[in-house]
Amino acid sequence: MDTYYHPHDLQKFADMGKGNKELWDKFMGYYSAVFAEGALTEREKALIALGVAHAVQCPYCIDAYSQACLEKGSNTEEMTEAVHVACAIRGGASLVHGVQMRNVADKLSM
Amino acid sequence: MGLTLLSRRDPLASTERQLEVLTTTHACPPFDKRLTDIGLAPLRATGITVFQINVGKLCNQTCRHCHVDAGPDREERMTRETAELCIRVLAQTEIPTVDITGGAPELNPNFRWLVEQATARGRHVIDRCNLSVLLLPSQADLATFLAGHKVEVIASLPYFRPSQTDAQRGEGVYEKSIEALQLLNRIGYGQEGSGPKLNLVYNPVGAFLPPRQEAIEAQFRRELLRHHGIRFNHLYTITNMPISRFLEFLLERGNYEAYMERLANAFNPTAAAGVMCRYTLSIGWDGTLYDCDFNQMLDLPLADKAIRHIREVTPAALAGLRNRMIVTGNHCYGCTAGAGSSCGGAVTT
Repeated sequence: MDTYYHPHDLQKFADMGKGNKELWDKFMGYYSAVFAEGALTEREKALIALGVAHAVQCPYCIDAYSQACLEKGSNTEEMTEAVHVACAIRGGASLVHGVQMRNVADKLSM
Repeated sequence: MGLTLLSRRDPLASTERQLEVLTTTHACPPFDKRLTDIGLAPLRATGITVFQINVGKLCNQTCRHCHVDAGPDREERMTRETAELCIRVLAQTEIPTVDITGGAPELNPNFRWLVEQATARGRHVIDRCNLSVLLLPSQADLATFLAGHKVEVIASLPYFRPSQTDAQRGEGVYEKSIEALQLLNRIGYGQEGSGPKLNLVYNPVGAFLPPRQEAIEAQFRRELLRHHGIRFNHLYTITNMPISRFLEFLLERGNYEAYMERLANAFNPTAAAGVMCRYTLSIGWDGTLYDCDFNQMLDLPLADKAIRHIREVTPAALAGLRNRMIVTGNHCYGCTAGAGSSCGGAVTT
């Protein structure tokens, strides 16, 4: 194995059902229900998934949801903004922890 | 503006080369095997309700995904003699719809004659229009001519933003398309419930499948009205076929095998049962008969060698054509993926 990630491995996702079909079926049933049209459109959900894919930095998910976003009618401007939302939340999450740093520093400092 | 494969002397200008690429792919099982698996082989026509005439390959645009390899340099065009043969055969039938395509069909000098003859015989006529042709100085009266004959305009507009549209259809095409749509609206096209029909066609701007037709139609309706005050009747989603210039794009970008796999994985038996070749007769610029416009561009004529040209179509032959065996190949995966794809958009809902 020369690398942990291979694009064609995405096609093997369903192999996870071989270890425990019941859990796989439950997961897939839930997964399908989550992405079905509801209060949010399928297109909006795909954009959220794309942002989350970048936040969790999953190359499989980035591949799948970049394609899904295009196939739901989104454009690269919208997809870029979704990635920036993920970036802002990740960056903001780091920055807001600076409050803890300040709390500790204030307590220790004269 | 790009150049056609033919003018670039690209090997893919040869249909033999395209068919070689399509038949040697390892990304999908042979299309005919999939049809056999679902009990649909051999695929047969179920009638003829669409008489589709391709009047030639001349076009004022050179779109990147064009399955015709159309462009300003193409000289293939239907003569009056062949157009007359088409009308003669049409008159022997009750086929309700005449679908005129190209190239930019309006640039053929016999286009208006065909429209007049078909509408005079009570047939519904469709013009597959690239929109920008309506703004050419030589076509200044084209829009009013179409409206006067109640011709349904099916117009290509791949996206409601300039960057995507121009990437597929050429620099500045979006702006011209918007101007042409506004012109059509002004003379009565696209109004709900009355007036001649204005329908749009969405093609993906790349190697992916179209969105759900109803969803993208709603997006187009909202965006075009909000930004340009444009109204239309319906939007049809059409999948890009892996032939000609779109095949070139797929191969150039290393997307070919993945795209064929995507199409094959999305094979939909319901869409396969409803493909447009089952109710269409396609006539080429030189009068050769085909099952569809895609087979036409791959030089795959009708299976029945006895009827190859419009001049050979008699009333008896027409009866046979209505349940003829259809020539299929791996390119057909383009019409059977997802919700399916036809000249009238998605095949299933």
